[in-house]
Amino acid sequence: MDWHEIGRIEDIPRRGARCIKTPAGKIGIFRTAEDQVFALEDHCPHKGGPLSQGIVHGGAVTCPLHNMVIDLETGQAMGADQGFVPTIPVRNDNGVLYIGLAASGLMAAE
Amino acid sequence: MTSKERLVIIGNGMAPGRMMDELFERAPGRYEVTVFNAEPRVNYDRIMLSPVLSGEKAYEDIIIHGDQWYADHGVTLHRGEKIVTIDRTAKTVTSDKGTVAAYDKLVIATGSNPFIIPVPGADLPGVITYRDLDDVEKMLEASRTRKRAIVIGGGLLGLEAAAGLKMQGMDVTVIHVMPTLMERQLDPAGGYLLQKAMEDRGIEVRTKANTKAIIGDGHVEGIELASGEIIPADIVVMAVGIRPNTGLAQEAGLACNRGIVVNNAMQTSDGVIFSLGECAEVDGQVYGIVAPLYEMARVLAAHLCDDTSSVFVHADTPTKLKVTGINLFSLGDFGEGDDREEIVLRDATSGVYKRLILKDNRIIGTVLFGDVADGAWFNDLKKKATDISEMRETLIFGQSYQGGAPLDPMAAVAALPDDAEICGCNGICKGKITGAITEKGLTSLDDVRAHTKASASCGTCTGLVEQLMALTLGDTYNPAAVQPMCGCTDLGHDDVRRLIKAKELKSIPAVMQELEWKSSCGCAKCRPALNYYLVCDWPDEYADDYQSRFINERVHANIQKDGTYSVVPRMWGGVTSSKELRAIADVVDKFNIPTVKCTGGQRIDMLGIKKEDLPAVWADLGKAGFVSGQAYAKGLRTVKTCVGTDWCRFGTQDSTGLGIKLEKFMWGSWTPAKVKLAVSGCPRNCAEATCKDVGVVCVDSGFEIHFAGAAGLDIKGTEVLGLVKTEEEALEYIVALTQMYREQGRYLERIYKWAKRIGYDEVRRQIMDDADKRKAYFDRFVFSQKFAQVDPWSERVSGKDKHEFRPMATIGFPEAAE
Ligand code: SRM
Ligand SMILES: Cc1cc2nc3c(=O)[nH]c(=O)nc-3n(C[C@H](O)[C@H](O)[C@H](O)COP(=O)(O)OP(=O)(O)OC[C@H]3O[C@@H](n4cnc5c(N)ncnc54)[C@H](O)[C@@H]3O)c2cc1C
Ligand code: SF4
Ligand code: FES
Repeated sequence: MDWHEIGRIEDIPRRGARCIKTPAGKIGIFRTAEDQVFALEDHCPHKGGPLSQGIVHGGAVTCPLHNMVIDLETGQAMGADQGFVPTIPVRNDNGVLYIGLAASGLMAAE
Repeated sequence: MTSKERLVIIGNGMAPGRMMDELFERAPGRYEVTVFNAEPRVNYDRIMLSPVLSGEKAYEDIIIHGDQWYADHGVTLHRGEKIVTIDRTAKTVTSDKGTVAAYDKLVIATGSNPFIIPVPGADLPGVITYRDLDDVEKMLEASRTRKRAIVIGGGLLGLEAAAGLKMQGMDVTVIHVMPTLMERQLDPAGGYLLQKAMEDRGIEVRTKANTKAIIGDGHVEGIELASGEIIPADIVVMAVGIRPNTGLAQEAGLACNRGIVVNNAMQTSDGVIFSLGECAEVDGQVYGIVAPLYEMARVLAAHLCDDTSSVFVHADTPTKLKVTGINLFSLGDFGEGDDREEIVLRDATSGVYKRLILKDNRIIGTVLFGDVADGAWFNDLKKKATDISEMRETLIFGQSYQGGAPLDPMAAVAALPDDAEICGCNGICKGKITGAITEKGLTSLDDVRAHTKASASCGTCTGLVEQLMALTLGDTYNPAAVQPMCGCTDLGHDDVRRLIKAKELKSIPAVMQELEWKSSCGCAKCRPALNYYLVCDWPDEYADDYQSRFINERVHANIQKDGTYSVVPRMWGGVTSSKELRAIADVVDKFNIPTVKCTGGQRIDMLGIKKEDLPAVWADLGKAGFVSGQAYAKGLRTVKTCVGTDWCRFGTQDSTGLGIKLEKFMWGSWTPAKVKLAVSGCPRNCAEATCKDVGVVCVDSGFEIHFAGAAGLDIKGTEVLGLVKTEEEALEYIVALTQMYREQGRYLERIYKWAKRIGYDEVRRQIMDDADKRKAYFDRFVFSQKFAQVDPWSERVSGKDKHEFRPMATIGFPEAAE
C-alpha cells in the first residue's frame, strides 16, 4: 500500500467533507466534530450519490441524493438500509493527512 | 324597538368572562351587556401568565375572548376604563374617563389587589407585583437588561415567578418567611422536596427569612433581612398574597367583610347588584383559584336567567404548581391530629413522595410530589368519603394496584367512575367529557376543550383528558402527541422554536446542550431545521452554519442525479431581455452545458454543470447582472406573473410590475420551506396565483391576496386573505404574512400546512385586522433582509467557501504517479 499526502486536517471543515480525485474514482474525506478523519469511496451504495456532499453528523454522513446514512468508520449503511461503501485508510501525522491506496488499484484504473 | 335589560359588569377577569359564556349559552340576546375593564385589554387566561413569563407561551396564546367574540355577542367593552363610582340611586356607574353607563343589573368583579408588605422602600422603582400582563412585561423587560432578581414569597405565585425569571436568564433568590415553601398547600416533607427541585434549577431559596427593608437609591438595589444581611438585586418581585378588591363596593355602601358579602346566589346587599370572583365573599370564604370562581359564574348566570335552583356550595380544590418539570398535587387538610392517621410513601431515588391523611378510614388530605398520576383518584375517594379499609395496604400505590388490575395508566383512567373530577379548574367530571366525545363526535383535544372546557384553563389535566379520548375513541383517536423533531430529541418543532426564543439560544451547540440533545452533534434532519430557526430568530447575531445546510443551499445550485449541478438565475417576474438571453447563450456555449430548459417557474435552467465550473459560470452570469434564482432554497423561489395592464386587454393592474416588486423585496429570505408567489392581472388568472403559497389576483378595485395554495404533492386552491387597495398595501400584507410563517412554521412545512394547523382565521386576524401586528411582522422581515439579501453567487465568485468547489487533492494520475 502507498501512502499519499492529501493536505492538512484544517483543509476540511469540521462536520464536513472534501473530495479527492484519483484515476479509480473520487474519494470522500470526512472530518467529524471531534476531529476524527475518515475516507470512503465517494459513491453511495444506493445510486452512486456523492457522499462528500452530504451532511456529516456524529460518525456518519447522510447521502445528499436520497438520505441514506453511512457509518464513516465501517462504510456500512445504518438503520434499516442495506449497503456498503469501501473505506480507505487514513493517517493523521500532526495534522498532515495521508490516505493509503493499493498501488495496483491505481494502476488498474489507468 | 323592545329595549333589552341592561347588564353592566365591572372588571373583565376570568370570573365574569366565564359568567358571560354561561349566560350567552343560556339566554343569548337577553341582556345588553357593557363591560368596563381597568386593564386595557380583552379577557385572557390570567392563570397562564407564568408560561408567558417563562417564554413558553405568548400573550396571543392565552386570550380567552378575542375582539371578534365581543363583536359576535354584541358586548360593549370599555378597555382601560376604571369605574370610580357606583350611584345606586340613579343606577349608573361612572368611569375615570367620564363614561357613564346605566344598569338594570350590575355585576362587580374587581378581583384582588396584590398585597405589598409595608416595609421601607416598597415603593422604589424595580419593585414589581405579579398580577397582570403589565407586571409580566415589566419582569421581561427587566430580565433583558438586569441580572439579579429577588422574589419575596414562596407560595404558588412566587415560585412560578421565580421559575419564569430563571428561564429568562436571571439569577433568582426566593425569600420566604416560613420554614418551608408553599406551607399552606404542602406538608414540610413536600415543601422540602419542592425546595430541592427549585434549587436544582439554580434558584436560591431562603426560608425563615424576614424582609426588613428594600434598599436602593432611586431604584431597587437589594433587600435587607431582619438578620441584617443584605442581598443585592436589580428587581424585587413581591408575591406575598392578595387582598380582595372591595374599595368600590364599600364606597357604594354595600356590605363588605374580607370580600364583598354575597349570598349563595351571588347577590350583594343590594338586590340588583351581584358580585363574583376573588372580590366576593360567600359563607365567610374568599377564594384565590379559578375552580370556585367558575362555580360562582355558573350560579350567577343561572340567576340572571331567573333560574333560582342553582346555589353556590364550597368544595375543596386541588392545588397544582405550573412549573414545567415539577409535579405537585395537594388537596384538603393535611395537618396532624390525634384522630388522624397517615400513609406515606417515599422513593428518594426517583424523587417521589406521597402522603395520604386519613380520618375514620376516609381520605381527608393528599400531598403528592413527583408522581401525581393518582391525584384524580384520591380526590374522588375524598369527595365521596369512600371507606378505604379494604384497600388500605395498597392504597398509597394508587389505583392501578387495586383489584389486581394491571399497572397500566389507561386501566386506571378506565376504572374511574363517571363522576370523578378530571378538570379541577372547570369542575368537569369524566362522564361529561366522555359523553361530549360520543354525542358530539369530538376527535381532537381542541374540540374537547372547546365543548367541555376540560383542560382549557391551567392545562395540568391534559394527559388525563387525552387518555379519556383514547379510551372513548379507541384506535380512531390519533393523539396530538408531539412528534419529536427526530431521533436526537423528544421535543417537537414547536417546543424547540419556543425554547430557542425563551432561553435565547443562539448557536446549534447551545440548543443541543440546553435542550439535552441525545446525540453528540445532531443528524441530517435536525441540524438544517435548527440552523433555519436560528437564522430566522437571530438574523443579526447568528452565524449561519453551512455544515448544517443541505448541499444545494451550501453550494447555491441544485445537485442532480449524476452529481452535477443545475443553475437557475433570477428572471424577475419572468421578464427577460435579449441581453440576458445572449449572456445565457454564451455561458451555455463556453461551459458546454448539456441542457437548457424553461422551468415551471418562468425562468431558465441550465443543467449538468460540473461543480468545479460553478464559480466561473456565476462570474459570467453576474457580469450580465444575474443573481441566484435560489431554485434550491428553503426560501423565496419564483414570483410568476402575467402581462397585466402592460399588454393584456383584460388586465386590471400592473401584475408584472407588482410581481417584480415582490420578488425584489423578498428575494434572499430564508423560510421554513420554499415559498412561491404569483400575481395575475385579472381573475382569468394566467399566472396560476390561486395554487401558490401566496398569490395575488388583481381586480378593478385593487388586489385580492390569496394564501395557502398547493400544487405539488398536494393540490389545494388558495384561501382568500383579503382585498387591499394599493400595491404598497399588497406588499406590506404579503411580507407580514410571510414573516408570520417564518416565525411559526416548522421546518419543511409549506405555508398551506402551517396555515391549516394554526387556522386560516387566525392568519386573517393577525394580518388583516391587527395593524400593529402586521407592522411588527413587516418590520422584522425588513430587518432580517439586511442580512439575507446578499447574492450568494457573487460572494462565491469573490472567493467565499473556495474549498467547496475544488477537490482537496488529485492523486495517482499519470503525471503525479511515479
Ligand atoms: C426545475 C423545475 C422543473 C422544471 O423543469 O420546470 C423543478 C425541479 C425540481 N423540483 Fe419542483 N421544479 C420546478 C417547479 C415546480 C413546480 C411548479 C412551479 O413552481 O410553478 C412545483 C409545484 C408547485 C409547488 O411548489 O408545490 C414543484 C413542486 C416540487 C415539489 C413538491 C413540493 C410540495 O411540497 O408539494 C418538490 C419536492 C420537494 O420540494 O420536496 C420539488 C422538487 C424539485 C427538485 C428540487 C427535486 C430535487 O430535490 O432535486 C427539482 C430540482 C431540479 C433542478 O435541479 O433544477 N418540486 N416544482 C422547476 C423549477 C422552478 C423554478 O424556476 O424554480
Ligand atoms: C400568575 C398567576 C398564576 C395563577 N395561577 C393559578 C392557577 O394555576 N390555578 C388557579 O386556579 N388560579 C390561578 N391564579 C388565580 C386566578 O388567576 C384568579 O383567581 C382569577 O383570575 C381571578 O379572577 P377574577 O375575575 O376574580 O379577577 P381578575 O382576573 O383579577 O380580574 C379583575 C379585573 O377587574 C379589573 N378591575 C378592577 N377594578 C376595576 C374597576 N374599578 N373598574 C374596572 N375594572 C376593574 C382589573 O383590572 C382586572 O382586570 C393565578 C393568578 C396569577 C396572577
Ligand atoms: S417533477 Fe420535479 S422532482 Fe419530479 S422528476 Fe420532474 S423535476 Fe424532478
Ligand atoms: S444515492 Fe445515496 S441515498 Fe440514493
